[in-house]
Amino acid sequence: MTMSLIQFWSDLSPLAWFGLKFAQVGGFVLILSVILAFLILMDRKVWAAVQMRRGPNVVGPFGLLQSFADLLKFVFKEIIIPSGSDKGLFILAPIITLVMAFLAWAVVPIAPGWVMSDINIGVLYVLAISSLGVYGIIIGGWASNSKYPFMGALRSAAQMISYEVSIGFIILTVIFLSGSMNLSSIVDTQAGGLFNWNMFRLNPMGEYGIWNILLFPIMFYMGIMFFISALAETNRPPFDLPEAESELVAGFMVEYSSTPYLLFMFGEYLNMTLMCAMFTILFLGGWHAPVDIGVQFVPPVFWFTLKCLFMFFMFAMVKAIVPRYRYDQLMRLGWKVFLPTSLAAVVIVSTFVVFLGGGA
Amino acid sequence: MLTVISFYLLAFVAVAAAFMVIAARNPVHSVMYLILTFFSAAGLFILMGAEFLALLLVMVYVGAVAVLFLFVVMMLDVDFVEMKQGFLNNIGFGLLVAGILLLEMIMVGATYVWGDKTTVVVRDTEVSNIEAFGRVLYTDYAGVFEAAGFVLLVAMIGAIVLTLRDRDGVRKQDAMKQMSRTKETGMEMVDIEPGQGIG
Repeated sequence: MTMSLIQFWSDLSPLAWFGLKFAQVGGFVLILSVILAFLILMDRKVWAAVQMRRGPNVVGPFGLLQSFADLLKFVFKEIIIPSGSDKGLFILAPIITLVMAFLAWAVVPIAPGWVMSDINIGVLYVLAISSLGVYGIIIGGWASNSKYPFMGALRSAAQMISYEVSIGFIILTVIFLSGSMNLSSIVDTQAGGLFNWNMFRLNPMGEYGIWNILLFPIMFYMGIMFFISALAETNRPPFDLPEAESELVAGFMVEYSSTPYLLFMFGEYLNMTLMCAMFTILFLGGWHAPVDIGVQFVPPVFWFTLKCLFMFFMFAMVKAIVPRYRYDQLMRLGWKVFLPTSLAAVVIVSTFVVFLGGGA
Repeated sequence: MLTVISFYLLAFVAVAAAFMVIAARNPVHSVMYLILTFFSAAGLFILMGAEFLALLLVMVYVGAVAVLFLFVVMMLDVDFVEMKQGFLNNIGFGLLVAGILLLEMIMVGATYVWGDKTTVVVRDTEVSNIEAFGRVLYTDYAGVFEAAGFVLLVAMIGAIVLTLRDRDGVRKQDAMKQMSRTKETGMEMVDIEPGQGIG
């Protein structure tokens, strides 16, 4: 199926290719947005359930249409731009956040062959694009020309750069094990059941034989560290210091209202789902089923969605049950704990690959 | 056709943005134009088939270096009147630097037009971009590569030494000490008579 798809795309005339690709991207953005609307609702529902509340339950059955009602509300409010602000950059900031969040999805493979652009250095692309997301926050905080937003912007810039470093090293261990930077082939090396996934490398018949047992604790730990770093990278609780309401009101978003605020929030949730997808691809075997036999009739996209949903549930649970970190503790965790451990893991895993692997 | 259009578009944006970096009145806007220049350069790299270099440019320069630029520039309290006053005093030196740069560029361009036509030959088309980089960097130029890393390390340690101050009389937290506290050492159960308070 994959080969015929590639054939189909290369046979098209340039104009038809452009048109079809445009339609494909448009459709993907639309589907992603609708899914995101329900994910935001899920986030609120999980949060409510942990606190023994009902959560949104008025608009539509079980409050299913709450996000759409919120959308209408945001869009029809007046956009307030502070008089002292830098107007161009003030409007630009939320747009940057949203566009960067959507851009990274271009290389995420959802099922075999289901990917916008199957480039060789997909991991690097995702890292590059996600490192640009910080601009929306810094520019938004500065352009507001107000104290709290500026403090929030400074905090988030330091925070996101700190955790990007350890995320890079953690991804490097996965790249070593897969021998590729293409996201599809990273998923393909994890085929064949739960114990071949990077998070649970326990298969004694696998690539490194019985030595997999030694690799398992390292990769399991890397998975947990990636999850925590992803929380910090997306400014989610317990690392939501750029918008800590008890200290900075709403951080870099204080001066934003109506549609620009909506774009910020949407971009943030989109980044979260991207991190869920990246975790699924890098550590949970992407679209592969947890068992190798008996479930061939289930389409791969089902497993991918299920794993992403599970990761999103974890994100929502963390928000509900963990208290916020203090800023110096956050920096300590990033630089003094995560960076040395991930560096050590890179050394160990690369040694492993060189001496025991098939020259990957 | 599409490549040509893309090239001219990207090249034009790169040059225009580079001009705006020095023409913009607001330093933050200058940094934004600088980022746009980096982006256009990355686009040009992609057009040449060097996608690894392009993404590296975006990741390192746009994602990290320009963020720090922006960080510093935002916190500067720039007075434009004061800046304009020093302009004429430095114009001689500025012209000198600009002249040298112009001369260098002309020389590079001249060797390209009139010199020997040396074109880059792709040695191995089978190898992907990043693999080719790795093979060269970690074999032929391993020593230079390590040296570059060493220089960066020294610079980093230098920056840390310059900014690290051990002040007396400042209370600090010791995370290890805090985490190794147990219930016995950290908590005391007291029975208080109503209306008495803790003596």
